[in-house]
Amino acid sequence: MKKIDRSSKVRTGFHQAKWDEPVIFELSRHGERGILVNKADAQVAASVEGVNALPEFLKRKEAPALPEISQPRVLRHYSRLAQETLGADVNIEIGQGTCTVKYSPKVNDQLANLPQMREMHPLQDESTCQGIMEIMYNTGKYMCEISGMDRFSFQPSGGSQGILGMASLVYAYYKSRGEENERNEIITTIYSHPSDAAAPHVKGFKIIYLHPDENGYPDYEAFKAAVNEHTAAFFVANPEDTGVYNKNVLKFTKLVHEHGGLCAYDQANANGLLGVTRARDAGFDMCFFNLHKTFSTPHGCGGPACGAVGCSKELEKFLPAPLIGFDGEKYFYDYETTNNPSAIGKIREFNGVAPVVLKAYAWIRSLGPEGLYQVAKTAVLNNNYMFKKLMELHCVDAPYIPGKQRIEQCRYTLETLAKETGVGTADVQRRMMDFGMHYWQSHHPYYVPEPMTLEPTETPSKEDIDEYIETLKYVFNEAYTDPEKVKNAPYQSVCHQLDESNMDDPEQWAVTWRCYLRKFQ
Amino acid sequence: MGGSVGLKGTDGVAAEAARLGAVRHSGERAASALRELLPLKEELTVLCAGGEMGESLVKGLGFPNVERVYETGAETTADDTRRAAQAMKGADLLLFAGGDGTARDVYAALGDKAVAIGIPAGVKIHSPVYAIRPEAAGRLALKYLEGRCRHTYEAEVVDIDEAAYRDGRVSTSLYGYLTVPDERDYMQHGKAPSPVSEHAQQCAIADEMIERLKPDTYYLVGPGSTTRTLMDELGLPDTLIGVDLICNKKLVQSDLSEADILKRLSEKPTHLILTPTGGQGYLLGRGNQQLSAEVIRRIGKENLHVLATKEKLFHLRGRALLVDTGSEAVDKMLCGYIRVIVDYQEEQMCRIGTE
Repeated sequence: MKKIDRSSKVRTGFHQAKWDEPVIFELSRHGERGILVNKADAQVAASVEGVNALPEFLKRKEAPALPEISQPRVLRHYSRLAQETLGADVNIEIGQGTCTVKYSPKVNDQLANLPQMREMHPLQDESTCQGIMEIMYNTGKYMCEISGMDRFSFQPSGGSQGILGMASLVYAYYKSRGEENERNEIITTIYSHPSDAAAPHVKGFKIIYLHPDENGYPDYEAFKAAVNEHTAAFFVANPEDTGVYNKNVLKFTKLVHEHGGLCAYDQANANGLLGVTRARDAGFDMCFFNLHKTFSTPHGCGGPACGAVGCSKELEKFLPAPLIGFDGEKYFYDYETTNNPSAIGKIREFNGVAPVVLKAYAWIRSLGPEGLYQVAKTAVLNNNYMFKKLMELHCVDAPYIPGKQRIEQCRYTLETLAKETGVGTADVQRRMMDFGMHYWQSHHPYYVPEPMTLEPTETPSKEDIDEYIETLKYVFNEAYTDPEKVKNAPYQSVCHQLDESNMDDPEQWAVTWRCYLRKFQ
Repeated sequence: MGGSVGLKGTDGVAAEAARLGAVRHSGERAASALRELLPLKEELTVLCAGGEMGESLVKGLGFPNVERVYETGAETTADDTRRAAQAMKGADLLLFAGGDGTARDVYAALGDKAVAIGIPAGVKIHSPVYAIRPEAAGRLALKYLEGRCRHTYEAEVVDIDEAAYRDGRVSTSLYGYLTVPDERDYMQHGKAPSPVSEHAQQCAIADEMIERLKPDTYYLVGPGSTTRTLMDELGLPDTLIGVDLICNKKLVQSDLSEADILKRLSEKPTHLILTPTGGQGYLLGRGNQQLSAEVIRRIGKENLHVLATKEKLFHLRGRALLVDTGSEAVDKMLCGYIRVIVDYQEEQMCRIGTE
């Protein structure tokens, strides 16, 4: 029997499913049904008013434009799409830097899928859901311990909504003081997540960006010039997406406070800091965590998530309502703390995505304080092992603080590769898919030229990291020996190259099927 | 041509360059670009200048449909470039090889209407109308002619003062714009990938600036495509590389001289709207003669509004916006940080410096 050759770590035989699957609306056929709902019995119909009970303005004039499609066709559709996805369970998820895509223990999924959890309804009386309320209450306490904040809300259902929660807290704080019109500026940095600008923008704030100084830290001199009596808050990630930790952050928060402003910490990059630093100790008044990143619940890319927002005692009264309280005997929905006209009120239905909080709780409990600290240490070690290996390559560089370690991720530059071969980071991304590897460049716009952002987290093994590095090296080598091969990739993946010429023109965008029909049909 | 013999360009010194033994590389670079178009050779009609300026090269590469539209002598000059470009007016696409001087000549002949791509072959290439390498120019041309790249944008034609450059000083001036295919991977100073196009960003910046315009106040609008968008959004005509004056969203005067501006400054409170130009990011260079040190001193830094797309700031790679007003005192007054409008309700803190 011929021995299988496993000498190369690169999966040159990979081939992904490609189904040419249409959008589900295109599969719709008039009259086709997945479920036929029985008509109500005559007795039932006679005893309830049905749709007639609704006020006129709530009644649809036309049926909703949903796809009409049978169950097997729906099943096939989504199964095919799943096969066309490089999901976290099938590829070595190192390439989606900033997203902290770590292994999410399956046992926690099973917990969330228990009937006691799965069949709950958020409108149940609180006396019937003391268990999940206790879990939410305790998880809030853990978040307080990890961050140094005084109270948490799990209502935001994503990271950007968590940032919106923080922006709403800032607005509520100044509204309560009658200063909401004067305090209208948010300062952030170009290497913080774009939502640190976008979410406050939604709340009506003006955004002031800081560039980095020569070491990659936010430029303190520029910061001094930016802070003034209009500064409402400083929104920043630390480490930023470069993986550079701003060790002088306390100086920044102090200056903002001296000018009467608030400080908000985007903790999307907290995976290397658990048990090491705390937001409150760095002078922040509020922060948020992505439970779907740092706390493993998992990262859903649009799926159920949670941007847990926490704040100091002074701001607690503005948090989204209701909070969860405990009177020594039972857990209850706390509407009293936030009972004031400046409070945010609701920023989402109900009280967040309960199964996500449950999974984060289970993950934290399984690790304990020492385990969380070990997560941070291992994530940093993994990243810096990868960093050292990649920086040995001629075509890879990383801007700022030369020779010093990064925290949990790094934004590299492939500028040398692009100059010497004409192969850019977008080409590398497409070619990596041919080997079953996810790869990500950067948020837009690219401030690091030809960026490559990698974050190994604590869960891949050394074998996994080595496989990813070997695959990258394989592609880089191809760029030097056969650049056209890389530029024309992918060959083994789902999509071939797309026409991107219209992608930056808002007039051409169609983000819903209805919008597509309106613009292009 | 001049680079190989240690000259920083050949503007006005072509003869000296030739005497020193400089060899033209533009032919072979143009050939590298044109080879990429061979798959389309049967469908293309190639308009070109005679002899070494194009025809022999194009025919030598095997293009079957070639029309000579301009005759040259044995030696060709910048004037030939201008005349040849003029003769090609109406072509779907103009490919030209050279450096910043050549781009200026093409602009002088055709303005900003014709779609053009520069094949990099000169010593000085600061104008983003050039592709990153000759082959890229050819590939982009192929893509554009096949209809796979449908959008265009106005790219700056900038040049440095070669006499100053030869003395070790860099002084950039904006000379105009050429329309080039919008394809980020192929061009010098190519677009930094961004969620929206440069034009959409410019429109958002213009909206922000329009909201800030105060009544009964003069606004001097400097040169640049971003300030041009501001004038477009206001529905006002603008002077492409000059300075215009507006008040209450109406045009007061076009293309002002320094004397015009100094006179206007005594009439009303006056603000100045600028955008950095060229690869070096000059905010105020010696190219803006009308925006003299005296004008800037009287307007003051507090009345200066700087507009720039995020892409433009990206290309500065952390360098300061440059000022060179000719007055050390005025340059010093301008130095430090300024809030640059980069989008609707968005600003970036940028440093102004002299180098």
